[in-house]
Amino acid sequence: MTAAPVRADLLEIAALIEPDTRVLDLGCGTGELMRLLEESKNVSARGIEIEIERVMDCVAKGLSVTHGNIDEGLQDYADASFDYVVLSQTLHLVSRPGLVLREMLRVGRRGIVSIPNFGYWPMRIGLLVRGRIPRTGCFSKPWYNTPTGHVVTLHDFRHFCSENGIVVEAQRFVTTGGSLSRVLAGGWPNLFAQLGIYVVTRRPA
Amino acid sequence: MAGDEPQMEQAQPRPDLPPWQQPDSVGLVEPKDYTFAEPPNEMPLDSGAKLGPITLAYETYGQLDEQKRNAVLLCHALSGDAHVAGYNSPSDRKPGWWDAMVGPGKAFDTRRYFVICPNCIGGCKGSTGPMSINPATGRPYARSFPVVTMADMVRAQKALVEHLGIRTLLTVVGGSMGGMQVLEWAINYPDAVWSAIPIASTPRLSAQGIAFNVVGRQAILDDPNFRDGNYYDGEPPRRGLAIARMLGHITYLSDESMHEKFGRQLRDRDDYSYEFDVDFEVESYLQHQGQVFTERFDPNSYLYITRAMDYFDLAGKHGSLEAAFRHVRSRFLIIAFSSDWLYPPYQSKEIVSVLRASRAHFAYCEIPSPYGHDAFLLEKDRIGRLISDFLALEYSRALAHPG
Repeated sequence: MTAAPVRADLLEIAALIEPDTRVLDLGCGTGELMRLLEESKNVSARGIEIEIERVMDCVAKGLSVTHGNIDEGLQDYADASFDYVVLSQTLHLVSRPGLVLREMLRVGRRGIVSIPNFGYWPMRIGLLVRGRIPRTGCFSKPWYNTPTGHVVTLHDFRHFCSENGIVVEAQRFVTTGGSLSRVLAGGWPNLFAQLGIYVVTRRPA
Repeated sequence: MAGDEPQMEQAQPRPDLPPWQQPDSVGLVEPKDYTFAEPPNEMPLDSGAKLGPITLAYETYGQLDEQKRNAVLLCHALSGDAHVAGYNSPSDRKPGWWDAMVGPGKAFDTRRYFVICPNCIGGCKGSTGPMSINPATGRPYARSFPVVTMADMVRAQKALVEHLGIRTLLTVVGGSMGGMQVLEWAINYPDAVWSAIPIASTPRLSAQGIAFNVVGRQAILDDPNFRDGNYYDGEPPRRGLAIARMLGHITYLSDESMHEKFGRQLRDRDDYSYEFDVDFEVESYLQHQGQVFTERFDPNSYLYITRAMDYFDLAGKHGSLEAAFRHVRSRFLIIAFSSDWLYPPYQSKEIVSVLRASRAHFAYCEIPSPYGHDAFLLEKDRIGRLISDFLALEYSRALAHPG
């Protein structure tokens, strides 16, 4: 993954979060988003990270981080104890995405999910022309050597949401290109966006 | 992200100098002690009994800063003592028990922090315990020494900290039993503990932990030399203490670390003895550990301290763990080790759960390690980095905080 889309991704997510709220970042990595939120929005941020070295980086930033595996669920977390639960570029890595999404929306009033888009046009062309999984974006490593467990397009995610009683309240699309790319990504995100960011809630019963 | 790198400028070793003059050593340190709770002002104990006078043996490293905000209290484990770092005399063969962590440029950087480590009451390393002379009788307390608890040990430490003129400790840190004391500190003296670092610890000793203590104590109690604890004028129950220590050492290791360290290696022989001599390396190791321990530890102290651990149960004492932590204000760094089966990570996670529910600031780290419970003394690099990073931020935070 190149550095630029990651930053853009986190900035977009941060822009979607109201100040003075409580945020849980699942798969918080080295704590970039948490720090950004604490410093710029007076957010009370908590993170969960599975990789020990990244947990230690979070500690070095003074962040409140729990070393753990989000695939085991969030049973220690009370219902609606956060305003937002963020899952940034992590959904495709977990082994049970359905469980993780359900847990997110139990613990948080809102979820923010960012998804690398396998429907992005270079992916499609790579697959069509070469007949092999393209090695770009989050698929930069060969298939046998990547933590990516699930291949998902933005349409797939929207479909999953509507099937599972999840409402998309807002969406943002990220692309590396110039203004034309951004226009295209806005119009046909499943083809032209590298990343989709969705603010989701549970459909009221 | 250079600014996020750990700031641990390690001093270069100097081969021309003896260990106690190395630039990263605290050097020669003088043991200190403080006596208080003189009758009639004895210190009340959880059991209802009173104890006094109380002497605490302690050592300090580094200097207290002007605002008195840089004090670190270190709580030792079951068999530890106040001698954490450096050397008491140039002829010492080994430095203190956590020398890797305490010194110039180390995790507890003595150029920045003032580190205090007292020996616990009930112990035998200079603090008042069963081998101390009871001033009322002129003889060792032995079994007349009152049973003490973790909270009692901490109450005595609080008196020392006040005596040193410190209102708020920058951090209280300790592993294993030391971690239990860290939790007692944060719960009983919320305003005196800015931050807390319990390592390989638990909110209560498990049934399994009590069970090992029971067997260790039974070995001492059944030693013919024990004589109801009144052995100070003769041969102490060494065999019983050695067996207790051997058992203890098994619980501090792990299947993997034993396999790595000893495997089925034989000791100085090519074949089995077909006798009950020391055949195996692991056998030799345990015999050795048991034997050396009897040179340096009082069997009665072993009884009292393990009993204090048995009684440690925060939820039991306060009604629930939530109730225990209700007034806690400290910021926590909690460290557990993947292969620790004596104080398994799930027990540290119980502390994490309750801190999470109370919306306290904490970081929890489960260090992957093959070394079992002993990892808290062996995983120096990761523990060192976590502590030095955590402490640096907490120190600047504490300084910025009024009061």
